[in-house]
Amino acid sequence: MPAILSISGLSKSFGAVVVADETSFDVQEGSAVGILGPNGAGKTSLFNLITGTLRPNAGRIEFGGTDVTAQSAAKRCKMGIARSFQVPQPFGGMTVFENALVGATQGAGLSGRDAQTFVLEVLEATGLIDKANTRAGSLSLLDRKRLEMARALAAKPKLLLLDEIAGGLTDGECVALIETIRNVHASGTTIIWIEHVVHALLAVVEKLIVIDFGKKIAEGEPKAIMDSAEVKEIYLGVDPDV
Amino acid sequence: MMEWTNAIVQGILLGGLYALFAAGLSLIFGVMRLVNIAHGDLIVLAAYFGLTTTVLLGVHPFVALLFVVPVMAGLGYVLQRGLLNKTLGDDILPPLLVTFGLSVIIQNALLEGYTADPQKLNGGAIETASLQVGGLALGVLPLLTFGIAVAVIALLQWVFYATSLGRGFRAVSDNQDIAQIMGFNKSHIFGLAMALALAVTAIAGILLGMRTSFDPSVGGGRLIFGFEAVIIGGLGNLWGTLAGGVILGVAQTIGAKIDPGWQLLAGHIAFLVVLAVRPNGLFPRIDH
Repeated sequence: MPAILSISGLSKSFGAVVVADETSFDVQEGSAVGILGPNGAGKTSLFNLITGTLRPNAGRIEFGGTDVTAQSAAKRCKMGIARSFQVPQPFGGMTVFENALVGATQGAGLSGRDAQTFVLEVLEATGLIDKANTRAGSLSLLDRKRLEMARALAAKPKLLLLDEIAGGLTDGECVALIETIRNVHASGTTIIWIEHVVHALLAVVEKLIVIDFGKKIAEGEPKAIMDSAEVKEIYLGVDPDV
Repeated sequence: MMEWTNAIVQGILLGGLYALFAAGLSLIFGVMRLVNIAHGDLIVLAAYFGLTTTVLLGVHPFVALLFVVPVMAGLGYVLQRGLLNKTLGDDILPPLLVTFGLSVIIQNALLEGYTADPQKLNGGAIETASLQVGGLALGVLPLLTFGIAVAVIALLQWVFYATSLGRGFRAVSDNQDIAQIMGFNKSHIFGLAMALALAVTAIAGILLGMRTSFDPSVGGGRLIFGFEAVIIGGLGNLWGTLAGGVILGVAQTIGAKIDPGWQLLAGHIAFLVVLAVRPNGLFPRIDH
């Protein structure tokens, strides 16, 4: 399988704070990759670099074989990169339906009835269909998280970036979420998932990447990574709950 | 009694014109938080474009709209992308200063090009035509102006809440960063918003020019009326802007009825009273 996303030598720092340090990795088309790392390791910044809201100081990002390092965030969205946010950020003044419709018209390039039908499917799949006409600003936290997912999915992304989507969910909700993400993955969408709820992550991903202080410290098959002494010390040692 | 009723009805119709002054201002502020100090001068600029078109082509001012509206819209897009987008950021001062400068430039360019002589658009018979309704003589032009204002506001409302472009406006207004991640080109959306705003400005300018005489210096007054209508109605609410225009218009005609010298003062007092009692306007948007 060819790499849909290829990152090489990516570096970014804010003054003395390094959020990406010569990071390089490839993500195969159709795969699901998990990213682990302690708080402040640079995981969310990595997503910002991939979507284009942050510009790297050095390095190169290729998406689908094209160098997108200099492309705008809007352009990358239309090329097929969508993401959800750790802290949900819906368009508060719009309804749930309209929020997802933005994804369908902007990202997936649908229009008219096609867009509306597809959005309804997505809302159905993410459990938001009953709230389609609710203003997004008045949703509960769980529904906001669902909307993050729905809006990203409505863009029919080739590459879906999920940022801590399982945090704060009950076990039942988490199982439903895993099911949804598996279905998305099964339909051919490549997924990169940042998650602290490790059991949810391991239920989906085929590969793990561990980063700390902006540096990639391990990459490989999930079980091997979780068992490696390095990860236990750096990652699990910091957060004994996991 | 009839005289007072007449004053109120004339005020309502005048309010339609003020709502047209205000709609573009409201739209621009709503989408990109830009306070456009040059808005009044752009209205006057549109009136002068209308004058040139009617004189050169010998057409009625309403026909001139076919030319002036696209020209102003195009100007708006270029102005936004070429200049105003560069002033937008966390600081609200740069756009204020730049549009203030633009206001000075437009006024002086108009003085240079058209001199300071008062001008008027010749609307012909429609200017003096009136309808008798229950003892009141209603001017056809003011009635038409009010009708156009309602239609323009309804159209803007439809664009905002029922079209893909409107979703773009609202998304960018809501959260610029997220809107860009969702594939909206912010610069382009802002350009379209300014184009739409100046298209409305073009209509306002032509109607202004048919109603009263104008010269390059009257833009400031139109800007104040526009601001007052927006604030009275409540920021971000287009129908509220129409109501704001009507309240301002009625206050002015009632003031003029009491004493002709009080027309403008009464409008400003009504505005200050609303600002003191309801700082968010009478019909603020309840979105957030």
